[in-house]
Amino acid sequence: MAFVNMKTKEVQAKIVFYGPGRGGKTTNLEYVYSKFRERIKTDMVSIKTHGDRTLFFDFLPFDIGKIMGYDVKIQLYTVPGQVKYNATRKLVLKGVDGMVFVADSQRDKREKNHESLKNLQENLAAYKKSIFKIPLVLQYNKRDLKETPLMPIEMMEKDLNKQLKAPSFPASAITGENVVPTLKKIISLTMASLQNVMK
Amino acid sequence: MGSDDSYEFTDYSLDQEQLEYIEEVLDDDLIQAGVHSVLLIDMAGNIIAQKDNGHCDHDVYSLAALASANFAAVDTMAKIVGEEEFSLLFHKGENENIHFSKVHSEFLLITIFGKDVTLGLLRLKVNEVVEKIRGLWE
Ligand SMILES: Nc1nc2c(ncn2[C@@H]2O[C@H](COP(=O)(O)OP(=O)(O)O)[C@@H](O)[C@H]2O)c(=O)[nH]1
Ligand SMILES: [Mg+2]
Repeated sequence: MAFVNMKTKEVQAKIVFYGPGRGGKTTNLEYVYSKFRERIKTDMVSIKTHGDRTLFFDFLPFDIGKIMGYDVKIQLYTVPGQVKYNATRKLVLKGVDGMVFVADSQRDKREKNHESLKNLQENLAAYKKSIFKIPLVLQYNKRDLKETPLMPIEMMEKDLNKQLKAPSFPASAITGENVVPTLKKIISLTMASLQNVMK
Repeated sequence: MGSDDSYEFTDYSLDQEQLEYIEEVLDDDLIQAGVHSVLLIDMAGNIIAQKDNGHCDHDVYSLAALASANFAAVDTMAKIVGEEEFSLLFHKGENENIHFSKVHSEFLLITIFGKDVTLGLLRLKVNEVVEKIRGLWE
């Protein structure tokens, strides 16, 4: 539910990073925050547990400048990935305009990725939104890991993206590889979906 | 969808005149009464309208994100214990206080005020403002 203000020529859109716990959602936002420090005038807001796990969400307002004459403000959110936090996870999805699904490439996370994607589909459905229609980008994260066995990209594509056919990126939120391209892609898909109101 | 001088959401829309009316009401009824800062936000955390007394430098986007999430969390807690909603949402600080009021299913009014405004007066003023904004859909 993006907010397009024709009076102030401002657009606010909400993009949510979703995915299994410990997959790298928060790390994605931290990378974006460090990379665009000069453009982001406020602090990143994180509601987390003592153990540094996301409890409610992370929030990062990101001013991307002018698009089609509008000042575009993207609100980046992450959800808590842990299964037990579904109530709060669902609240963060309220009014979402675009989604990044951050999958964990480690072989032993295969089932967790599946579960989380299914959970996303269910939670979107609760807001009468379809995972097939909402702007969506998949990110296969942690490609930098050398110690643990990773799933081949083809396997992850087949597992997660066979029906969705969303744009996807192998990435490393730690090194920053493909973090910005992931973000650019979801922003452009989200903006494209808002074109009919931004005239 | 609407005309060129309106702004829209997926669920409803307000035109420019209505937006200006809302800003006027926030200013006249709340800021003039001594409220430091007031935000009208939607439940997704977007800012619809904002006014302050010129002496506030709050990070309003973070405030809106947190306020909508906080409101949603409290609302869910109410449902869990079998309440339709908790009507008073208010946080008291040493110098600043924050008050939340639901306008309708999609809008939330957040007021930040200091010692110079009593909670009683604030609630009275907020109720008036909420009625006026609701009137836009009647
Ligand atoms: N090696 C590696 N570690 C990562 C990567 N992304 C995240 N991590 C680590 O994985 C853990 C969980 O990351 P976090 O961002 O908190 O996951 P979240 O639960 O999805 O928010 C942290 O220890 C991160 O440092 C990555 O791309 N590569
Ligand atoms: Mg996290």
